[in-house]
Amino acid sequence: MKSPLDGLGKSLLDSVRDLLPILLVIGFFQLVVLQQPIPQLGRLLAGTLLVVAGLTLFVRGLEMGLFPIGEALAHAFARKGSLFWLLAFAFALGFGTTVAEPALIAVAGKAAEAAAEAGLIARDRAALERYADGLRLAVALSVGVAIVLGVIRILKGWPLHWLIIGGYAGVVVMTAFAPPEIVGIAYDSGGVTTSTITVPLVTALGVGLASSIRGRNPMVDGFGLIAFASLTPMIFVMAYGMVV
Amino acid sequence: MEFLALVADAVRSTLVDVLPILVIILFFQLVVIRRPLPNLRRMLQGSVYVLLGLALFLVGLEEALFPLGEIMARQLTDPAFIHGVAHREGMALSWSDYYWVYLFAAAIGFSTTIAEPSLIAVAIKAGEVSGGTVNPWGLRIAVALGVAAGIALGAFRIVTGTPLHWYIIAGYVVVLAQTVYAPRAIIPLAYDSGGVTTSTVTVPLVTALGLGLAGTVPGRSVIIDGFGLIAFASLFPIMTVMGYAQLGRWRARRAQR
Repeated sequence: MKSPLDGLGKSLLDSVRDLLPILLVIGFFQLVVLQQPIPQLGRLLAGTLLVVAGLTLFVRGLEMGLFPIGEALAHAFARKGSLFWLLAFAFALGFGTTVAEPALIAVAGKAAEAAAEAGLIARDRAALERYADGLRLAVALSVGVAIVLGVIRILKGWPLHWLIIGGYAGVVVMTAFAPPEIVGIAYDSGGVTTSTITVPLVTALGVGLASSIRGRNPMVDGFGLIAFASLTPMIFVMAYGMVV
Repeated sequence: MEFLALVADAVRSTLVDVLPILVIILFFQLVVIRRPLPNLRRMLQGSVYVLLGLALFLVGLEEALFPLGEIMARQLTDPAFIHGVAHREGMALSWSDYYWVYLFAAAIGFSTTIAEPSLIAVAIKAGEVSGGTVNPWGLRIAVALGVAAGIALGAFRIVTGTPLHWYIIAGYVVVLAQTVYAPRAIIPLAYDSGGVTTSTVTVPLVTALGLGLAGTVPGRSVIIDGFGLIAFASLFPIMTVMGYAQLGRWRARRAQR
């Protein structure tokens, strides 16, 4: 077994390289464009060190933990051969990881304000909260449905682009009917649903499934789950805006 | 010592965030699959690394980079700064006076995407699965260029106040056309990269920029116009990743001749 310290120097260097662009951009705009000194330089350096250490650990843990877990689960479900449990797992993973996602909670709150501004709902706190909770539930449901659909696609070997193009057509048609205040938020909600821990896990699950089913190519069939998870929330949020 | 308390706090909140995932995996592992996982120790060790790494990463960002980035986004969108650049105090600003904003939008979009952990994960996996035909570093640069173009265009949209859905629908048409011509194997990965670009690092800074812009440009509403940058950042990488694959194929063909 490899020692956890093997190649640590190289991983650290990789992390430094990944962060260098941010530091250059901040330095350039602060010193050259805004022409101000960098406030609390020591704090910035300490924070950067933490970020480098964190990124190094994260990438290391990805290859030791998250990827193997996703793949092991995919292989176990493929061997078990129970479609019901596989789809139940897919739904639970999509729904469970999204409903508590902090970015989504923030966006749902803002969306409720936008809806109140537009006069779609009453301006009191209870109405705002009800709207935000309903929206969160709609997005979480949509991500659950997305992962289920994506898994069925991998099993059947359907070409991804027809489904995604059909989904986009749905988004375009719904944009015409949805209240305009909700459109910006609906489009954004597609991007915020997929968190840093969900993405590696879901990717490993898809690739693992595609590689354990005969006749599927992990490159062509294994990717695409995230694409579903960013598409369906747009449709569900606009539908929510139309119904409520 | 102050950082240590913050890290402990971040570990706790990251743990709360991953709790649902943990419960789901444990339930299915113990109740449905009921088989021992291979290399369990190593997996657990890796999961602890992921948690700890993410917590350190977030504390570092929130303590150092985000506050500075947000202050800069506010200063760059400040009418006083933009007037100073334009040397036309008292006159109405036109969209072209905001050039530092567009440049900042593109630069911050590019650099935060390069540091985005979930994109690193997908790039590693794609490099592994493709057997070396997809270069993880090339993929990340392609995605980052897409985010840069997307956020800059999104900033332009907020300044001009043009409707979001025209841009997005036009973008879909381009994606559609590219899908017809791009190499088959890249399409799912390209669609995926739209969703992974925007998480921990990019969203807070980009949101600050969007809200700052919508708050200072006359006639814009923070609530209606402040949103939509993330949508741009998820759409444009799809185009650049397919473009990257098309470029690779074109160069391979030219080398064959």
